[in-house]
Amino acid sequence: MNTRKFLSMLAIASVLMYSCSDDDDNPAVVNEEEVITTMTVTLTAGTDVVTLTSRDLDGPDGPNAPVIDISGPLSANTTYAGEVVLLNETETPAENINEEIEEEADEHQFFFVVAGTLNATTMYTDTEADYPPNTGTNPVGITFNLTTTDASTGSFSVTLRHQPTKPNDGTLADAGGDTDIAQSFDVTIQ
Amino acid sequence: MKRNTLCIVFLLVVNHLFAQDCNQTLSGRVIDFHDGVPLEGATITFNSTTIKTDSNGMYKMTGLCATSYAFTISHEDCNSQVVTININEVSNKDFYLEHHLNELLEVKVSGNNKTKTSSSQEETINKDVIERYSSAALGDALREITGVSSLNTGSTIVKPIIQGLSGSRVLIMNNGVRMQDMEWGDEHAPNVDINTAGNVTVVKGAAALRYGGDAIGGVIVMEPNKIAAKDTLFGKTVVTGATNGRGGAISSEIIKGYESGWFLKAQGTLKRFGDVEAPDYVLSNTSIFERGGSLSFGNNKFTQGWDVYYSYYQNEIGVLAASHIGNADDLIESINSGQPSVIENFTYTIDNPKQDVTHHLGRLRYFKRFEKLGKWTTQYDFQHNQRFEFDIRQTEELRKIPSLDLELTTHTLTSDFVLDSKFDYNLDFGIVMRYQDNFADPSTRARRLIPDYDKFDAGLFVSGKYDINDNVTIDAGVRYDYNQIDAKKFYIKTRWEEQGYDQEFNDLIIADEGTQWLTNPKFDYHSISATTGFNYVFEDSYELRGNYALAQRAPNPSELFSDGLHHSASRIELGDLRIDQETSHKISFSFQKNDENWTWEIAPYANFINDYILLEPTDVELSIRGAFPVWEYRQTNARLLGIDAKLTKKWHTNWHTNHQFSLVKGKDTETKIPLINIPAANFRNSIVFQKEDWMGLVMSLESDYTFRQNEFPDNIIVFSPQEQEDVLLDINTPPGDYHLLHMNADIRTPFFKENELNIGLTINNITNNKYRNYLNRQRYFADEVGRNFLLRLTFNY
Repeated sequence: MNTRKFLSMLAIASVLMYSCSDDDDNPAVVNEEEVITTMTVTLTAGTDVVTLTSRDLDGPDGPNAPVIDISGPLSANTTYAGEVVLLNETETPAENINEEIEEEADEHQFFFVVAGTLNATTMYTDTEADYPPNTGTNPVGITFNLTTTDASTGSFSVTLRHQPTKPNDGTLADAGGDTDIAQSFDVTIQ
Repeated sequence: MKRNTLCIVFLLVVNHLFAQDCNQTLSGRVIDFHDGVPLEGATITFNSTTIKTDSNGMYKMTGLCATSYAFTISHEDCNSQVVTININEVSNKDFYLEHHLNELLEVKVSGNNKTKTSSSQEETINKDVIERYSSAALGDALREITGVSSLNTGSTIVKPIIQGLSGSRVLIMNNGVRMQDMEWGDEHAPNVDINTAGNVTVVKGAAALRYGGDAIGGVIVMEPNKIAAKDTLFGKTVVTGATNGRGGAISSEIIKGYESGWFLKAQGTLKRFGDVEAPDYVLSNTSIFERGGSLSFGNNKFTQGWDVYYSYYQNEIGVLAASHIGNADDLIESINSGQPSVIENFTYTIDNPKQDVTHHLGRLRYFKRFEKLGKWTTQYDFQHNQRFEFDIRQTEELRKIPSLDLELTTHTLTSDFVLDSKFDYNLDFGIVMRYQDNFADPSTRARRLIPDYDKFDAGLFVSGKYDINDNVTIDAGVRYDYNQIDAKKFYIKTRWEEQGYDQEFNDLIIADEGTQWLTNPKFDYHSISATTGFNYVFEDSYELRGNYALAQRAPNPSELFSDGLHHSASRIELGDLRIDQETSHKISFSFQKNDENWTWEIAPYANFINDYILLEPTDVELSIRGAFPVWEYRQTNARLLGIDAKLTKKWHTNWHTNHQFSLVKGKDTETKIPLINIPAANFRNSIVFQKEDWMGLVMSLESDYTFRQNEFPDNIIVFSPQEQEDVLLDINTPPGDYHLLHMNADIRTPFFKENELNIGLTINNITNNKYRNYLNRQRYFADEVGRNFLLRLTFNY
């Protein structure tokens, strides 16, 4: 092959490849689906309803810290029935993530940790079998009980772990797995 | 066919010989085609007569008959040439011989090639070292070179560091092609199979301008063995088995060459390892499965030639299960526990998190040599790099799709001319044009870390070298590069504001996508690089080299556009649109002595980098998923000072020792803080026993001591939601020093007729030492690999 021929072929080849790969269309936006933006913990004792909300609209990717809202103080010496609701509010209407957790109840577990001087204890009130077709007897923590004693302040934190060791001793260290949610609330008992 | 013609011609000559009037003469010269130098002592043979050229390359033949003769013209180091001349018509003829043929085409199986530069620090590893690392990564083999270390992610992802610098500052030339394989990420290893190389040269710095102007760290040049223009068929197979990882590698190549210049070479590699093991536990999910193959063919004559090269590389790499963490608390927990959070039984299964990378490389090359001028080479190369990263994601369905899916396509056209016909100088000038397209597939359903972009590069360079006298050579060069990057990038609106882009870059916004802006950043960079240096050889065995190199590097897409949570690292990485080029001024010297008993080299250097781009942990950001460490790119002025030294002393015919030391200090000269990820000082000593009579036995014992890195940036204080207080994130503190012992033994034995079998045994980390390496990104989670026995069989046929 002579040089000129070779070069002209090269030139044609590169022009072709360039024109094929050039693309002026805008790329499609990706909104992460698995995002959990909002967690609401509702604590109910008769007519006494306290909600703890964490809302992180820009997700873990965004710079803003979650906005925490605590509706009011807890009453002393009371047992609250607790329920956790997870939402993805980047979609309209907001997507309820609880359904996914319930489907894979055997792969998820909420952990409740009371820290500081807060006088409260928690107890799971559900098991995997509450979310069919799951049949396990391990707790999931979508519902739980929170029992307060004397007036105090401290933190109450809620952690959702994905694929924790099950069964576990109820501590985060023993459970391992991946953290889907980790949020603490500064709570007052009065 | 040609040969037959010649035979016929020859017969005709003989037939007619006696029937003619025989008083004709033929005279002329025999000249080196390459540089026009007359060749003394060249022989011209016809019938049974042989004559030689004189000192001016002149010859004269008398008593020739008026007919056609077939003359055979020969000279030492040249391929003979047969030329048929009709004496009736011609009485004066110059013959051109291809005197540099050997240099061009001879089979080089070991030893140094010609150096890539004449004044800069450089070092080559040859076939023996490459075979020893046949089952490992390129970066592992390069650590044999003083001053080269590596940035690892586990034991399988190994990025070379040259004198403290890595990533985009280190160019990798694979068979004449500059690798475009997303070298911007710390956990992105070069997508090359070391077995494709016949030798690998590391140029420590930016002095080799023809390869690129932005090699602030250096250039790694992988070259295949050259194939002789002769009828030959040979090959090699290296089989390696290793106990740690319970796997092995097989690499095989076969080469066919023809006298006419045609050649064909095929090569393939397969590596499969299961989980590797630290002394105390299995490093779960560290299996790899690597496949590679290459094919080349072409025709290389002296005056011109062309070849086609294609290579395929695929690597599936498991990433340590324990390194997948959720947030800063998990990281703190891992650092404190001192033991990986996931330890499973040994397996070959590669699970999430994992990487799956594929690299295609194709090249067409043509060269032509011009008489008394030089050589012109033009090549087109094509590369396609596909990277998938799979993470542990929330649902089973999501875990099957990659969370990162990047497709990088590169076309490059290179043309250069080397003027090498003059004895005392040569000049090399050329042009490079490149188009690159990156496509980030949205089907990952995860936000893109690296955006879609188009990139154009153009470069012009000229470099030359001049021999002042027999002892002194000077070289110099200059290069200009133009880079343009045109990206389509989504930013979360709150991030756009947080970075202050709304003050400066609002004109880049082209669409509103709800919570995100679509932007179209388009940046141009003009870079200048230059180098000059000298090489002084004296008293035969001493050599002094000195070099100054100026290099400018435009920021890579990661430095500009990273934004958001990098799932595989559980950290938020933030690039900056304002980042501009970095400029390096490097001064290096190399003083060496090479004689039979003493070989040593001392090589100090100083690298001053203005606007050095670095990535370091700065803070944490809170989210509903907890706190994540934030790693931000920033620019500062930096200074790297270092020295590489090595010594080989031959004590006895059978015994010699090797000693290597390297030290580098990196400092941010604006804040006076040490730079992050600077290799600690390393001191290696080995004793080698060699006895040719004992089946070519070579045995060595090596001590490899790495100091603790005592200079590192401060740790950061972060708020821990779990602890409800500020805690120290011990993210920068280096682990302690460590000492490793390795041994290696090789013997050779004839095998099946003319073939040869080489048997090698290597034991790495003989004492099964438990240690962690500052330059391993997984040092927070697990110990390094423990003892490993490797058995290697090399068949040469």
